[in-house]
Amino acid sequence: MFALLFNDTSQKREVLAAGRVVPETDRCVQCGICNYNCPINIDVRLHALRGEPVHDRHCLTCGECVLRCPRGVLHFEANG
Amino acid sequence: MRRYVIIGSGAAGVAAAETIRTLDPTGKIWILTGDPHGYYSRPGLAYWLSGEVPESQLYPYPNEYLRGLNLQWHVEPVTDIRPDAHLVDLKNGKSLPYDRLLIATGATAMMPDAPGINLDGVVKLDSWEDTQHILQRARRGQTAVVVGGGITALELVEGLAARGMRVHYFLRGDRYWSGVLDPTESQLVEERLSEDGVIVHHNTNLLEVLGSGGRVKGVIVQEGDRSYQLDCRLVAAAIGIRPRIELAARAGLGVRRGILATALLQTNDQDIFAAGDVAEILDPISGKALLDSLWKPAMKMGCVAGSNMAGISARYTKLSPFNVTRLAGLVTTIIGQVASQPEAGAKDRDLPGVIMRGDSEVWRLMPEAVVAQSYREGSRLRLYIRQNYFAGAVIMGDQTLSRPMEQMIRVQTDISAIREALLAPEAALIDILSPFIQENQNSYAVKVA
Repeated sequence: MFALLFNDTSQKREVLAAGRVVPETDRCVQCGICNYNCPINIDVRLHALRGEPVHDRHCLTCGECVLRCPRGVLHFEANG
Repeated sequence: MRRYVIIGSGAAGVAAAETIRTLDPTGKIWILTGDPHGYYSRPGLAYWLSGEVPESQLYPYPNEYLRGLNLQWHVEPVTDIRPDAHLVDLKNGKSLPYDRLLIATGATAMMPDAPGINLDGVVKLDSWEDTQHILQRARRGQTAVVVGGGITALELVEGLAARGMRVHYFLRGDRYWSGVLDPTESQLVEERLSEDGVIVHHNTNLLEVLGSGGRVKGVIVQEGDRSYQLDCRLVAAAIGIRPRIELAARAGLGVRRGILATALLQTNDQDIFAAGDVAEILDPISGKALLDSLWKPAMKMGCVAGSNMAGISARYTKLSPFNVTRLAGLVTTIIGQVASQPEAGAKDRDLPGVIMRGDSEVWRLMPEAVVAQSYREGSRLRLYIRQNYFAGAVIMGDQTLSRPMEQMIRVQTDISAIREALLAPEAALIDILSPFIQENQNSYAVKVA
């Protein structure tokens, strides 16, 4: 059980470190919850509006914006 | 130099202004609005109400960006349009000439027809002003009553509950949003509301709002056979919206429930356009003129109207409407035609024949299709299957499938290979769909592109 949990967590970290936040612009209503929850004040909403991945090199991929978005606009995608 | 006048400062109006400025760097663009709070995310108001986002975050564009568009932004209501003279009359007595005019006046919330409805403490969630009005009156521990259906009513219920109010939710019918959700989905939402302490009443009508010193102090309601009084300090209503067509109607433009517009978003006057919640546009799938009240389609309409106003031909194609929202904490995506099959012809008594914010009339069209549904650990999937493609879907909870479903509905992916399996009794829809989506990802991705 613990091994499973540990495994899940480490996999998740790996994805975050290697991934980036990608918006789906058609879902976004520009409410600003992503911006509000970004710990380093990236304008995530502007990326969502333009349909561009968050390519800011300061992005921590902490996942706060992905988690808080009430409309599922944002998701992680592996770099590649 | 061409003169553009845009009436309305919402999603459609601002998108039109941006498009015009891109295509015509020297044209003069006026935005005339009755809303003094600038360009804000109207859907975001619900999250301001619930406390998830502060008011300061609701503005999508920095001021310098809007200044860069070089717009003449005036908080000045328009009283009349004179198409023959190409003039709009303003409340301050002045008139403004235009070469191209866009009416993007949106829609206004309807209020219940009950005595006492004008008392202080009867509220709606329609604008920045409304939200602030609610927040000034919402007191922790006090009782609030919400009437209505659809997304906005639920946003009021959840927002007021998040502000610590004891919330009674009155439904006129026997379940929540019966025009779009099926009985299981309604039940799922209602159960989650109850878990959060919301008291849901069915078959209940608001008869009267009672006041004292001009302020709400209670309501009289009819619940089934009995009527009774309930003390409360706030009455919130979301019973539908009505497109603001008055200016267009007085100007002699073609109106029905909305302003009738072509695929170019042109009205019956070639220099006057309509976009957003106020526009009534032909739905190519059903062949009917239908209303949407959705943020993204409003922006797209604004872009198309702006382009045509600037002389670059563009057409608006009404796609399968979709909206993602949260219903009692469950992220829910609604795509295409999804009207609940078992109750064909049944009316949603909370929203009798009207449209809501975040709503599309297309959803309530009865698809000539068979339904497949499955439920697993708080997530629910309902699919409408026509011949060999999906006509619509409701996805509640886990959203893994919502993106591929939306694409498959839009491009009408051929699902012959899995149709039979999906329609088998007790079919595990997700297990059938997942490998199919994997296999077909590339083909429909190409079609979308």
